[in-house]
Amino acid sequence: MTMLIYLIPIALFLGGLGLFGFMWALKSGQYNDLEGDAWRAIMDDEEDKDN
Amino acid sequence: MRHERDFSPYIRLEGEIAHMDFMVEGVHCAGCMSKIEKGLGALEGVSAARLNLGTKRLGVDWHKGALGPKEIMEKVESLGFKAHPFLPEKLKSAEKAELASLLRALAVAGFGMMNVMLFSVSVWFGHDIGHETRELFHWISALIALPCGLYAAMPFFKSAARALSKRTTNMDVPISIGITLTIGLSLYETATGGHHAYFESALMLMFFLLTGRVLDQMMRARARDFAVNVASLRPQMARVMLDGGVSVETPVSALETGQKILLMNGDGLAVDGRVLEGAGEVDVSLLTGESALLKVGAGDTLQAGTLNMGANLVLEVIRVTDTSVDKAAELMERALASKSTVMAMADRAAKIYAPVVHLAALLTFIGWMMLGAGTHTSLVIAISVLIITCPCALGLAIPAVQVVAGGRLFSDRIILNRGEAIERLAEVDTVVFDKTGTLTLAEPSLINADELPPHIIALAASMGRASRHPLAIAVAGAMPQAPIMAGAREFPGEGVEAVYEGETLRLGSAAFSGAKALHDKLLESHPDASFIYFKKGEEVYPLILSQRLRPDARQVVAGLNARGYRLIILSGDQWGATEKAAITLGIEEFQGAMLPHEKIAFIKDMEARGHKVLMVGDGLNDAPALAAAHVSLSPVTAAELAQNAADAVFLGAELAPVLKAIEACKKAHRLMRENLWLAVIYNIIAVPIAILGYVTPLVAAAAMSISSILVTLNALRARKGA
Repeated sequence: MTMLIYLIPIALFLGGLGLFGFMWALKSGQYNDLEGDAWRAIMDDEEDKDN
Repeated sequence: MRHERDFSPYIRLEGEIAHMDFMVEGVHCAGCMSKIEKGLGALEGVSAARLNLGTKRLGVDWHKGALGPKEIMEKVESLGFKAHPFLPEKLKSAEKAELASLLRALAVAGFGMMNVMLFSVSVWFGHDIGHETRELFHWISALIALPCGLYAAMPFFKSAARALSKRTTNMDVPISIGITLTIGLSLYETATGGHHAYFESALMLMFFLLTGRVLDQMMRARARDFAVNVASLRPQMARVMLDGGVSVETPVSALETGQKILLMNGDGLAVDGRVLEGAGEVDVSLLTGESALLKVGAGDTLQAGTLNMGANLVLEVIRVTDTSVDKAAELMERALASKSTVMAMADRAAKIYAPVVHLAALLTFIGWMMLGAGTHTSLVIAISVLIITCPCALGLAIPAVQVVAGGRLFSDRIILNRGEAIERLAEVDTVVFDKTGTLTLAEPSLINADELPPHIIALAASMGRASRHPLAIAVAGAMPQAPIMAGAREFPGEGVEAVYEGETLRLGSAAFSGAKALHDKLLESHPDASFIYFKKGEEVYPLILSQRLRPDARQVVAGLNARGYRLIILSGDQWGATEKAAITLGIEEFQGAMLPHEKIAFIKDMEARGHKVLMVGDGLNDAPALAAAHVSLSPVTAAELAQNAADAVFLGAELAPVLKAIEACKKAHRLMRENLWLAVIYNIIAVPIAILGYVTPLVAAAAMSISSILVTLNALRARKGA
């Protein structure tokens, strides 16, 4: 039961990380073009583009 | 007629790099996106090109001087798409901020809800949970719930405060009270070591409600994006007069004081100006509400928003008001804000509902207290009643559908002028078409040009440029470089008259130009052409024009016939041409040679007999007929006057939008009814159960928010289907 003293703050901290992550993604405009960005990830690059 | 375009108002300079935004037509998939970006990236001088697949907007950066918007647009066209200059609207920041703050509140509510649930579930299902552990968990829940709840409740508190400050209530008032009471009661229980706390209920309530709000905002943003995109296809242009009588089309935002602009019959004035030449009548009802026309002449000052109902006027720009950019976004707001009958009913219901909700909760509390249930239990039941009777679903039922349907219409290139048009389009049983410019494309062509002397064509073209009538425009197109005839005066539905080198010139119908005999003779040889006659002094010349039907007109008519609509053509053009069009399209009822007042009378008669008429028309002489019909549609090539009179405007060379509009609105109408039923049934079932005490705050929160999410999701079905 004393384990909870450690576990609860850890759980909350991890959850908080997730929350901050979401806020940051929102702020940096990552939700502006969901469709386009999804396709961009799997589009092929042309051979002449330097990787 | 190609006019010079001036792009400088669209370009933003940052040092050596110029940036401009475009709206691109024809983009459907990721392949298109990469094609455009790679194609533009290959152009010399372009440093960046990025297409937003969601909004279809393209942002291009290039080195100043290396190339210009024209080259970019040409490149896009060569790839198979069409680019239109686009001004990112300033209005967007307020809306975007709203959506962002809702999303943040949602995220915090979600975080809080789930972490508090951790502890709540433990408390509920822990068989032999000790008294101290339960208290500890309650305190930790409070620690999480208070800051999260306060942050997440901000949207509701702010909205409720705004309503209360105006001495009225909206739905956020009972919600705010419910949240506050729930958290307050839970805090009290925690502090006094009680058994039940309801932090998770409050957070859950907020989470689900915010979900509904976020969905709603996203749909609005999407519809607004479409509206702005589509509106950018018909940018606010003004005709700037240069020396020599040549006019150049410029975006309104680029006008400067002192410039001379031409305001044609049917045009709306976009800036404040002083009349330099011309005399006639204007409609200032948009500004003053006065429906009587105002006589104006040289020296008079006119304000932006004035509509020209008389002869063409030349004005000097006195003041450029902030128009075009924000107008596009305003369009949709205005359209969706106008109330329909059903919506007005729902609105009124929602208005009296909030006080009723409070009353119900209060009575429940008193009732249970009198039954001896004790403060705690009575309060809990009252809170449940408060939460579950909240009319959120009812309030969302219709606006949610309107927004989705509006977005669908906009993406089909139909611009709504009025939100209630959605309902009226659904009720239509008869469709009346105008012929010229509506069933046919707006540009007929002159077929007997080689039989006429060139100087006559030049003069006729000059006269034609002074009119907006499709036939006149076609004549003007026969000689694009002809300057506009000075002092021309238009008689709507009949023709244009001017005095040139001492002679009276007339361009117009057979009756107007004194060519009746010639007309009857020509009708026999060209039964399906359109005629416009040019009279110079005593000589009369016929100008024979042929019109093309819109490419998909046949299919659209077949579609409408298949759905059981009664179709009629009412045309001002003569019988032969009208009959030919009707036969080609498969429309059985048609009338030709109709004068404007005859059209109005016909429609009014149909309406009086109980038919609901959709009028699709474009010309100046249709504007009153458009207003007389139950609902009206206008192609974008129409004069601004007709565009304002119509309930919706459609773009493009196809007739398909007419069918699409009807189908979209029928679906929307059905969904609005469904949503209203959903909301009502939910309340009828849920409220008695809550009053009788069978519902805990948690269940109330879940039920209420799920009902409003259901309504929102149901509205999403308006995106497709009929």
